[in-house]
Amino acid sequence: MPTLPRSALLIAPLIGFTVLTYLVPFLGILRWSVTLPEPGLGQYQTALSDPLVLSVFLRTLRICAVVTLTAVSAAYMITLLWVRGSPAQRLAVELCILIPFWISVLTRAFGWLALLSNKGILNTWMQSLGILSEPLTMVRNEFGVVVGMVHFLIPFAAFPLASAMRAVDERALLAARGMGAGRARVFGQIFVPMTASGILGAALVVFVFALGFFVTPAILGGGRSVMAAELIYLRIFQSPDWGLGAAVSVILMLAVGAMLALLMRRVRPGRPQ
Amino acid sequence: MRKIKAAEIGAEAIGKSFGSFAALTDISLTIGRGEFVTLLGPSGSGKTTFLMILAGFEAATTGRLTLDGHDLTNTPAEARAFGMVFQGYALFPHMTVEQNIAFPLKVQGRTDSDIKRRVGEMVEMVGLGGHSHKRPSGLSGGQQQRVALARALVYDPPVLLLDEPFSALDKNLRGQMQDEVKRLHRELGTTFVFVTHDQSEALALSSRVAIFDKGTLQQIAPPKEVYERPANRFVAEFLGDINILNISDVSVTPDGAQASFEGQSLRIAGMPGTPSRVLAVRPEYMSLCLTRPDTGNAIAATLRDLTYLGAETQLSLASAGQVPLVLSVPTAALPTGLTIGASVWAAWPPDRGIFL
Repeated sequence: MPTLPRSALLIAPLIGFTVLTYLVPFLGILRWSVTLPEPGLGQYQTALSDPLVLSVFLRTLRICAVVTLTAVSAAYMITLLWVRGSPAQRLAVELCILIPFWISVLTRAFGWLALLSNKGILNTWMQSLGILSEPLTMVRNEFGVVVGMVHFLIPFAAFPLASAMRAVDERALLAARGMGAGRARVFGQIFVPMTASGILGAALVVFVFALGFFVTPAILGGGRSVMAAELIYLRIFQSPDWGLGAAVSVILMLAVGAMLALLMRRVRPGRPQ
Repeated sequence: MRKIKAAEIGAEAIGKSFGSFAALTDISLTIGRGEFVTLLGPSGSGKTTFLMILAGFEAATTGRLTLDGHDLTNTPAEARAFGMVFQGYALFPHMTVEQNIAFPLKVQGRTDSDIKRRVGEMVEMVGLGGHSHKRPSGLSGGQQQRVALARALVYDPPVLLLDEPFSALDKNLRGQMQDEVKRLHRELGTTFVFVTHDQSEALALSSRVAIFDKGTLQQIAPPKEVYERPANRFVAEFLGDINILNISDVSVTPDGAQASFEGQSLRIAGMPGTPSRVLAVRPEYMSLCLTRPDTGNAIAATLRDLTYLGAETQLSLASAGQVPLVLSVPTAALPTGLTIGASVWAAWPPDRGIFL
């Protein structure tokens, strides 16, 4: 049996901490999901057949898909400016990406609430300008949730996109132009495909993050657009239905795990450019 | 083999500055139809900048460019559509060899059958049969450069521009690719403009060599001429080794000129350049003698070092006045029994000295 290198000892406290704080509780959740209120897979059956739970799963998937598409497309354009813009543009974009990134998710959700609610800044302005007669409902629905989540997730998409864009060989773009290709063709047929791995990485990161979102949907969805994470919270803290909450957790965990496995396979390093 | 259209390029007083730095000053030259011109110079000499201006990737600050007499100065790169080969190959990594080569034809909107035929022809021409469906990452450096060449030539561009295409290849492969480029030029007849910092590559490939230094064009002439009749000291020293002698008492005679160096009287025949106080002689035209030869020029010197290079031996000498001299002598013609420190003579025929 090969002996572990001495250096493994140095990282042992971290591994111990992770096992203690993540793995042990997760095993507890796993046990609840098959023992509460009685042993068996009944809670999984409920989770996958109860129309309420199913509708939450569907909504979660739908919101995550919309958020992923919107956040990655927006991040692509922003990152393009960040990587290829003039020095002044780069600085401006960098600040626009980093400053929100440093602000807590809670603060940002309340910020959007102040901006978008019926008596919020946007509605008040539009009404006093005469553009709207009735306030436009932009929170306590899926729209508000999507806006808040997209805003939160754009930086997470921007980082993988930026590294993919920086790796593009400028000369390949010059070569394409030199052969008579116009800007649109160079962008669509050369630049975008050359950053495909970054797009895929960004999409998976955003999707995986979005699946487990709790704070933003809870605040901007106002209890109407409940997503999987909020459902788990409700089942554990408000209705004493720990078994179902645990089963939904495990299903969510498996979904995230599957997505991450896919991510690891696709963006494995060592693929020459 | 199909012969394709070739164009003549003209540059009139091209200048390029980046802020206060003048990258190019007053470059004027004409590159004829089907010519193979090499732009040669050390790094930072402006040769690549000039190529980028020809391609249309950089705009000249001053001056005018023409293609077959038509003004080209403000035509964007994509409208010029010159073929371009880069040092790092610049292939499209997400496309196969075939798709890479087909790209410029697709841009031109050719029919599928036409594209298929031409790509097939080109793949054969550069010897890549059997690799059509591979991605660039699955090819060797030489093969990738062949794909880049095929892609740049497949659409019959009027001009092919090559930016140090072989500097990343090892010596053997480099020789092969040079032969390949020479053959493609001969077969296709396109105008080639080739940037390199390797003087032997420039001499081996081109019909004319344009030598750049500090943003100015020093000389443009056929390889033999730039080597044997360099326009100035920079060109003479950049193209291989050369012995520089500061001569005195220069006087013009009916058949050339006369001068003296360290007390030896020298003759210069054939008048290469205008008489000056600097005489240059290539190492391979100097021979080593143990006694003063009866004819020709000779300088007394001491043997300092001897480097065996196979077919040739390089000798380092110092004249009586401690001027360093380099001689390149066929090993077979070397006198036997040479020892370091020996007193010898460096001799050369009067018509091999060049005034700089």
